[in-house]
Amino acid sequence: MNVIVLSPWALALAAVLVLALALLSLRLRLTLTQEIIIAALRTTVQLLLVGLVLKTLFTHVHLGWVVLIACVMLLIAGREVVARQRHGYAGVWGFGMSILSMFVASFSVTVLALVVFIGPTPWYTPQYSIPLLGMMLGNTMSGVALAIDRLTQTAWHQRAQIEARLLLGQDWSESVSGLRRDAVRVGLIPTINAMAAAGVVSLPGMMTGQILAGTPPLEAVKYQILIMFLVTASTGFGTLAAVWLGARRLFDERERLRIDRLRAE
Amino acid sequence: MPDIPSVVTHRSSSAMPSVVLRARLRVEKLTSHSFGPISFSLDEGECMCLSGPSGSGKTLLLRALADLDPHGGEVSLDEVECRNMRGHVWRRYVGMLPAESQWWWPTVGEHFNEIDAEKLEWLGFERTVMGWPVTRLSSGERQRLALLRLLAHQPRVLLLDEASANLDDSNVRRVETLIADYRARHGACVVWVSHDMQQIARIGGRHCMLADGRLESA
Repeated sequence: MNVIVLSPWALALAAVLVLALALLSLRLRLTLTQEIIIAALRTTVQLLLVGLVLKTLFTHVHLGWVVLIACVMLLIAGREVVARQRHGYAGVWGFGMSILSMFVASFSVTVLALVVFIGPTPWYTPQYSIPLLGMMLGNTMSGVALAIDRLTQTAWHQRAQIEARLLLGQDWSESVSGLRRDAVRVGLIPTINAMAAAGVVSLPGMMTGQILAGTPPLEAVKYQILIMFLVTASTGFGTLAAVWLGARRLFDERERLRIDRLRAE
Repeated sequence: MPDIPSVVTHRSSSAMPSVVLRARLRVEKLTSHSFGPISFSLDEGECMCLSGPSGSGKTLLLRALADLDPHGGEVSLDEVECRNMRGHVWRRYVGMLPAESQWWWPTVGEHFNEIDAEKLEWLGFERTVMGWPVTRLSSGERQRLALLRLLAHQPRVLLLDEASANLDDSNVRRVETLIADYRARHGACVVWVSHDMQQIARIGGRHCMLADGRLESA
């Protein structure tokens, strides 16, 4: 591997670019200055911390540590999904349902990839498992967040229609069939677009990273294709599970629409 | 409403049919946050008109009967309790027509599982209406078509929330005749929310007022 080590000066110089952008937005009164600086600081601190965590993790390979990190990632992803909802579920339900669907989809796909496709020893080798899980969770999180947001917002606005369908004797699943289809579409479209545009419009980040690190392009491409498929599967299954759970939660045991289970705003 | 003899439970009454006990719709101590307890029963083909000041909970009462809102008390259909049927099965039998109709497919016909040409014609439509986009319908047309859509499912109980409020006189009469005919043919019972005293007189049957959360004979 012939990686060119970045000097702190290079990073500082890149930071000056962001600072310049922040100053420009201050001049233009875009009220973005604070956000830009805070986000830049967050990215620096968070990534440095992750770097430290990964460094420690790579030197102390133990299943317990990997599981711990994975759980922390899952909890943060769940929090992110809930934070992005306009009419999310009241109480802990939104959090619980997104955690459950992301867990089922991302963890099973990651474990499958580790054990069957990649096969490092031990199978949970953090150098493979943590970045892999990160990519699965990150994409699944976006899909689940978009889909649940669409589902709950449409249910909120179309409650009269849903109830009218219930009054004609449709069961809960039929009365929101259109909403569910829409929500799954919205959750999956970014992933499908990413597959369709990969390599033509954008070079995927992981492949770029591997190439920068000196991996032969075709090896990097093979990895990227694998990742694309895994990400699509994880996002798809996670979104489907979240939409099913979310749609069910809109109704009670008597199949009544319970819009009061959503937050008002 | 006389008390039911406690020895005879509801479910055993179907095995032991009795003229006294058999009711199409039986409502016992129905309560919600805005009304109750309300008890009444309706026989096959019977109609009850319901009036009362706005905000008295007439719509909420219908929604509770259709099991669309959480409620206390017991409602049974042909002596089968509501809770012994799944929600959507109950609502297939106990059909409610909301005051404002809702349409979710682009064309009218997509909302109908079967088309009764005779009824359609009686309410002043030609078959071609099924190909119309929903946006083309006037509010009165929507209301009449929504009634036909509900009747196509052949509910045993009809809950009508001001079913003819947006209609002109001749259409009001036609809707009344249609429902009277449906009651007679299917033995369906009807709870009809209406403000129009002349209409209530024409429909006949019982007339109750809902006021202060209680049901009183008018």
